Amino acid sequence: MISFQNVSKIYSNSETHTALNEVDFKIVPREFISIVGRSGAGKSTIIKLLIGEEKPTKGRVVFGHYDVSQLKPKELPKMRRHIGVVFQDFRLLPTKTAYENVAFALEVAGTPEREIDDLVRETLDLVGLDDKADNFAHELSGGEKQRVAIARAMVNRPDVVVADEPTGNLDPFNALGIVNLLVQINELGTTVILATHNKEIVNQLGRRVISLENGRIIRDEEKGRYSLS
Amino acid sequence: MVTTIYRLFKYGVQTFWRQRLLSIATMVVILLALLVFEALIVFGVVARTALAAIQDKIDISIYFNIDTPEDEILAVKRSIEGLEEVKSVEYVSRDQALALFQERHKDDQTITTALEELEENPLSASLNIKAENPDDYAVIAAYLNNNVPTERVENITYNQNQVVIDRLASIIRVSRQVGILSALFLTVVAILVAFNTILLGIYSNREEISIMRLVGASNMYVRGPFVVMGIIYGLITAVLSILITAPVVYLSSPYVRLFIPEMNLAGYFGSHIGLLLLYQILFGVGIGVISSFIAIRRYLSI
Repeated sequence: MISFQNVSKIYSNSETHTALNEVDFKIVPREFISIVGRSGAGKSTIIKLLIGEEKPTKGRVVFGHYDVSQLKPKELPKMRRHIGVVFQDFRLLPTKTAYENVAFALEVAGTPEREIDDLVRETLDLVGLDDKADNFAHELSGGEKQRVAIARAMVNRPDVVVADEPTGNLDPFNALGIVNLLVQINELGTTVILATHNKEIVNQLGRRVISLENGRIIRDEEKGRYSLS
Repeated sequence: MVTTIYRLFKYGVQTFWRQRLLSIATMVVILLALLVFEALIVFGVVARTALAAIQDKIDISIYFNIDTPEDEILAVKRSIEGLEEVKSVEYVSRDQALALFQERHKDDQTITTALEELEENPLSASLNIKAENPDDYAVIAAYLNNNVPTERVENITYNQNQVVIDRLASIIRVSRQVGILSALFLTVVAILVAFNTILLGIYSNREEISIMRLVGASNMYVRGPFVVMGIIYGLITAVLSILITAPVVYLSSPYVRLFIPEMNLAGYFGSHIGLLLLYQILFGVGIGVISSFIAIRRYLSI
């Protein structure tokens, strides 16, 4: 369903920097996959390439029937509605409440008004925030913000949920809660891609792990563990 | 489609309200721009009326010798009317001239008695000529000098007033050009200032715009709310600007009239208020919408 085919990404500003070097892997539907590595290993770059925020310097990124690397800015929104994204810094819309942030993902996808309310309440309930629906982002704690972000990512039933260091700004307790939510989403049939450098979480999951180092894949194991040389 | 438009308006109104401070700051600047724009319109009207009033006071007259037959004068009149520079020609017969003269001096006993003592009407018939453009008097005067037989002509006033008329004509011409140029300049300044303010407002929302894109919002969904806010800015500031100008216009109207008796500023404002409001709205909404549209362009490529 997702495949990176010999993908390289080279940033050439003042000096050239190779973020990804001939990366090649496939992800099948309903998989839960962790991408691990130190900061700067290329985890975020993989996610940016998948959602079309960046274009690969070489190779192809394919998602479903989309050739992501070839999509024009105008065509991106449609594809992104099939991918829910969760970021380390939450990225909630500050002028909207928790409810509105989640509803926004449905509204831009053209979901009818009468379905939106049910879906949003249901999803907020699932992430345990039904009582915070009317709070603005700045009125929520870090863990709560990330739950809203997850609710937003999953509310329109995407094929994939991508989480880029979702626990990076959270304490261990909240981090565990977020990962459990991701596992739950995966059990509902959604593919989950988790980029992280949290060793405990990865080891606890016991799922497929892709390890990155300096932009290359050094290991790709079913039921892998977090072990970087 | 209806749902989409409803949502865009909802977001626009919501953001406008939730970012009140930013909205007010932006609107103050647009309001200033609109006031400049409106002042330009009103000053333009006043200046045009003043210039027209001055221009209307300029004319040249040709006085005919007493013995010139009327049909000859009328022939001259027709030939002058044929000139494209001429706006109007008025024939004042000897009898009319006398009547006018008596009317003007009816309180002056000496003149009245003197007139009565004369057996014949001493006044000449004349043609009063107004030009389309004050610059054309020289042309008309030259035509008169060349085409009307000198033995028939007693006097052509342009010949004495040439310097004054030419100077007035050039003052009118220069005032018009300066007026148009300064109006253009001020309008451009007002537009640029308002544009920059909106640009900054959107710049402060760039993070939000990128989040919207990442969540899968199409350009329309990102741009729409800002365009709606632009419309709101335009509507509110247009109404405010009319509300602010109205008392100023009504209070200053009597003073303007002292200088330019032909100008009824309050009356003009009252009868054109709808049109002025429309211009303001077009200007305000135009600035709001176009600036938002342009400003967001650069954030839509993410």
